[in-house]
Amino acid sequence: MENSDQIIQYLLSGLSNGSIYALIGFGFAIIYNATGIINFAQGEFVMLGGMLTIFFLNVFRLPLITAIALAVGVSTAIGIVFERLAIRPLKNASPLSLVIITIGASILIRGAAMLVWGKDTHALPPFSGNDPLYLMGATMLPQNLWIFALTAVIIIASKLFFHYTIFGKAMRACAFNSQAASLVGISVKTMVLLSFMISSAIGSLAGIIIAPLTMTSYDMGIMLGLKGFCAAIIGGMSSGLGTVIGGLLLGILESLGAGLISSGYKDAIAFIILLIILFLRPEGVFGKKETERV
Amino acid sequence: MSTKTFRVIFMFLLLAIMAIPAVAAEPVKIGALFSITGPPSFLGEPERNTAQMVVDEINKSGGLKGRKIELVIYDTQGDPTKANQAATRLIKDDKVVAIIGPSTTGETMAIIPIIEKAKIPLISCAAGVKITEPVKKWVFKTAQNDALAVARIYEQLKKRRISKVAILTVSDGFGSSGREQLISQAKNYNIQVISDETYGPKDTDMTAQVTKIRGSQAQALICWGTNPGPAVVARNVKQLGLKIPLYMSHGVSSKKFIELAGDAGEGIILPSGRVLVANFLPNSDPQKKALIAYVKNYQKRYKTEGDHFGGHAWDAVMLLKGAIERGDDTPAAIRDQLEQTKSFSGIGGIFNFSTQDHAGLTKDAFVLVEVKKNKWILVKE
Repeated sequence: MENSDQIIQYLLSGLSNGSIYALIGFGFAIIYNATGIINFAQGEFVMLGGMLTIFFLNVFRLPLITAIALAVGVSTAIGIVFERLAIRPLKNASPLSLVIITIGASILIRGAAMLVWGKDTHALPPFSGNDPLYLMGATMLPQNLWIFALTAVIIIASKLFFHYTIFGKAMRACAFNSQAASLVGISVKTMVLLSFMISSAIGSLAGIIIAPLTMTSYDMGIMLGLKGFCAAIIGGMSSGLGTVIGGLLLGILESLGAGLISSGYKDAIAFIILLIILFLRPEGVFGKKETERV
Repeated sequence: MSTKTFRVIFMFLLLAIMAIPAVAAEPVKIGALFSITGPPSFLGEPERNTAQMVVDEINKSGGLKGRKIELVIYDTQGDPTKANQAATRLIKDDKVVAIIGPSTTGETMAIIPIIEKAKIPLISCAAGVKITEPVKKWVFKTAQNDALAVARIYEQLKKRRISKVAILTVSDGFGSSGREQLISQAKNYNIQVISDETYGPKDTDMTAQVTKIRGSQAQALICWGTNPGPAVVARNVKQLGLKIPLYMSHGVSSKKFIELAGDAGEGIILPSGRVLVANFLPNSDPQKKALIAYVKNYQKRYKTEGDHFGGHAWDAVMLLKGAIERGDDTPAAIRDQLEQTKSFSGIGGIFNFSTQDHAGLTKDAFVLVEVKKNKWILVKE
């Protein structure tokens, strides 16, 4: 096997994993932008997406499409309940206490999932076959194409949403200055709720589309959530291209690191990058420097 | 009332109190420590289920010499500190005569000092070699050593004239113990480990590692881990078109693995306890009867397949039963009888304990099994 073939395979594997991280990172960015909260329960919505789909598929014997739609619906509903019960009642809480609440919520959701579905790992059948596709001596699975496509669709849709719809613009206004936004008649509460809805929907979609590759269990959200968080940090918490590039970069570095240096350091590489970025450029590699509001 | 009458009454009362246990036949208290939740729950849950099932069966058929068994179970969550507390509780508060479990090597090592000090026999359900080597007076175990599983794989590789292998192990206790054994035993079989990769227990993609192995000269790949990691490896191997034989550990010897790996599982070989292939065993196999009964009863009660992890608990309870039936039910008598157990056909293998061996199994406890058409079959040797 040629060395260059190996490199191509590492890059391709990195891109595939990176787009998963980007998708998950997206959910982090959306909530952060609307509320200033980092929602550490985001990984749990990824898990819910996968587990609910398998639940509807295997227990109710629904067709795949219906199961997916229901799974996204239920996850979004859980996102709404989460915001209404845990975030909204604490009107003047500091972002830090809200972040801790999201960690609590993630433990709760994980525990409930364990009680309901047990501790087993489950696999979702791939959407379009399991035969690998060849690309310049490297291989990937058809499911990776689904992931790339979903990531692309979500970037474009969010771009359109945030820049060309009244709701999107209102959400950006809240992110920029929630007090001023409420003065011009934007309901900040609604926007926060909306951001939780969107991010839990995206999270669960991500969980569904990756489940055929990664398999799913009640505790799969922890690691994927952290990797998604890294992607969002590298991308400067932008709900656009930044997070996507952050995710892809993380995926590629991980895969090259595992392949060329040592697989023992794979996760270490991701977290070292995260720490370096938090130290040197807390606004992210692609983020604009925030100007101090006086 | 004179002092004398008082004394007589007192003596009478004392006798009456002492006589109660004999009349009511107090249950024999056995403690159990399993990681029912937490990361090793795939071990602890079937172990708990099995232990409870076996104890219920024994009680239903008249108990131990007419006395019921009372099983006191605590969940250790895979945490050595919790195991330590629970063991102390079993000894001090519940006053059990023997303990089965814990599920993992780390937890077992953590409670050995307490066990030795309290002089209570322990039958661990964990696999680590160091539990019974060197021999500790009060500690036994039922799970097969990793070393035996590795020996079983290397024996077959030698037969297939394979001398260069790649290993891919999970970076937790199970994987690193397997990795140690794979590396240290290789030279005994003239095998060279030319690629040594690891992955994290929660990793969801191992294509980078498999790509690296594909680029090496390895003639076989041995993957050491527990679900779901190895299933991901199997899928990645298929995706990357790696054509060398794929071996795995007894950590994935269950129906679940085939379900997770799907088509990618085809042709994978691994060492396993006989429970997985009970139906394929020749009728002359001394374990066959116990194995089939176990699988059937477990299926009936819990609606899932009994696996060889649960088997460790089955063996532990049955070994205790044998020891108590042969001797007395004091901790010391149980220990002495356990040590004299000979040719006990359990789920994990045929146990022969002695003063030098508290693990009791040989590498014959493992058979090689292969995935063929989504089923485990016995590899003929």
